[in-house]
Amino acid sequence: MPVLARVIEAAGISTVVVTMMPDLAERIGVPRTVGLEFPFGHTLGHAGDREEQTEVIRDALRVLRDARQPNAVEHLPYEWPDFERWKREWHPSEPAPIIAFLIEQRRRARAGG
Amino acid sequence: MAIDSYKWLPGSFANYYRTLSLQKAEPLPWTPLTKPIEECCFSLVTTAGLYVKGKQPPFDLDGERRNPFWSDPTYRTIPRDVKQEEIGIAHLHINNADLEADVNIALPVHRFLELEAAGEIGSLAPTHYSFMGYQAFPPNTDEWENHYGPEMAAHMKEEGVDAALLTPV
Repeated sequence: MPVLARVIEAAGISTVVVTMMPDLAERIGVPRTVGLEFPFGHTLGHAGDREEQTEVIRDALRVLRDARQPNAVEHLPYEWPDFERWKREWHPSEPAPIIAFLIEQRRRARAGG
Repeated sequence: MAIDSYKWLPGSFANYYRTLSLQKAEPLPWTPLTKPIEECCFSLVTTAGLYVKGKQPPFDLDGERRNPFWSDPTYRTIPRDVKQEEIGIAHLHINNADLEADVNIALPVHRFLELEAAGEIGSLAPTHYSFMGYQAFPPNTDEWENHYGPEMAAHMKEEGVDAALLTPV
């Protein structure tokens, strides 16, 4: 996503990225970033929670308006209840192919070592 | 406050990202807003792997299953009047259940239509964009940078877009 933000910004369009991994965005370089601790797949909040989604959007628009230099990052204090459940629940029901491959590779390395 | 960017990841993946050596892109492009938010035309971009059912093909997940190191670098255009039931999701790396119920958690078209109606933004552009966030292993976004990203940005310019909200999942 950082690369898409840079391409759009370079075309003369202002951008703001909302992400749960602002540290990566900052290290790779993004014009404007808003970071929050929502689980993967839930960038703007809970499904069906119109108020929460709108609040996050308004925060992003504020950063879009007020940031004064590139690589501006603001962390937002949103909270996502029930961490233990969601730490499992954001994952797909089956591991993605590359994840399955890496897990199997590590298992073999351990068995072989 | 500082949030934990790796909070949701299993320990080994958190360590992978924490220690990943990254080259910062410098200088970063910079386009300041030249008018109030209330007058800006917005476009939305996500990496949730969305497509319009019956009108567009899903992202090529079979190709990714055949070769887990490969991924589909293309994008789909999502119209501003898209309905929830028209949204398809093709993404093997996240739980899609909540997105099936409410696309706005990743591509907030309906929230932006409300902001447009309330006069909080100028307008919502006709077209929005979805990529699929897994981009190869090791990660490779060359196709996004050199082909699909510029093509999308050109389309945004044609539609008079002033600002874009990007929401990776």
